[in-house]
Amino acid sequence: MARWLRSALAVSYDFVVGDDWVVAAGVVAGLAATWALSRASVAAWWLLPVLLAVLIPVSLRRAVRRH
Amino acid sequence: MGAAWALFAAVFLACVVEAVEATTIVLAAGTARDWRSATSGLTAALAALAVIVAVLGPAVSAIPLHALRLVVGALLLIFGLQWLRKAILRASGHKALHDEDSIYREQVESAAAQPASGTGLVPDWFAFTLAFKGVLLEGLEVVFIVLTFGANQHDVGLAAIAGICAAVVVAAAGLAVRKPLARVPENTMKFIVGIMLTAFGTFWGAEGAGASWPGSDAALLVLIPAIALFAVALVAVLRRLPGGLAAARQAGRGAGAGSPAGVDAAAGGRG
Repeated sequence: MARWLRSALAVSYDFVVGDDWVVAAGVVAGLAATWALSRASVAAWWLLPVLLAVLIPVSLRRAVRRH
Repeated sequence: MGAAWALFAAVFLACVVEAVEATTIVLAAGTARDWRSATSGLTAALAALAVIVAVLGPAVSAIPLHALRLVVGALLLIFGLQWLRKAILRASGHKALHDEDSIYREQVESAAAQPASGTGLVPDWFAFTLAFKGVLLEGLEVVFIVLTFGANQHDVGLAAIAGICAAVVVAAAGLAVRKPLARVPENTMKFIVGIMLTAFGTFWGAEGAGASWPGSDAALLVLIPAIALFAVALVAVLRRLPGGLAAARQAGRGAGAGSPAGVDAAAGGRG
């Protein structure tokens, strides 16, 4: 049972997080920041595009370095 | 109208990619083992998918739209960035191209090595299981794409038509050639799908978190080309880095030995 649970967790982690945990963590942080800005009645639509402009190059740099 | 076309194109292309992978597995099971068992596996998987759609469809549309957009937006954005990241690495030469031909050969070799056993409609359980698993897993991804894209854009019908069109086109092509669909530019399509998923994920994720886009749905028509241009620019930059296509070509020319192994195939390959 414990082994089955561990392998189910590993598959879920692979499926959702994938090769680079930084991407998943960045997306969650970006959405949380967007939510916080919106709650404070500040325009927040620009935040995710700006985050992508940073997150994609950072993740690519990590991948290239690893290879 | 523009957003409807973007929805159709995103769902169609994403489903074509999944359908090509499912078709490759069914063709390998049929060719290497037994066509009747592979067809039974395919039919059983389609029946299982129909049951899942009947159960999940109403459940997805019952979830509040903001919560759905936040969760689906976050997942699509993470998936989209993973696809886009791999597509940029492949296009710039930092990762091997996805090759449906070699995947097919591996599947055929591994299938041929297994002993056969079965009866009646399923003379070969291995071929049945291989086709069933392949179609069910890829089909689940198609169902997820159709239901979430459709529910978010209030047009499950259009998303379903796009998904069905993709599956029919790929299945017909697969049946016609009875070989892996090597000419489908899968790497290029994965690049486009990565851009689409990232754009839709950004749009829905931000809306789900409470933000309002200037121009509402029309913002997608700016987001998609902007992400595409950014991705193409990143490919150009990465190609110049050590290990990239342009750097490898230059090194090849400098050594006077022509193009290094694999680089020409990558440059002129499918994607």
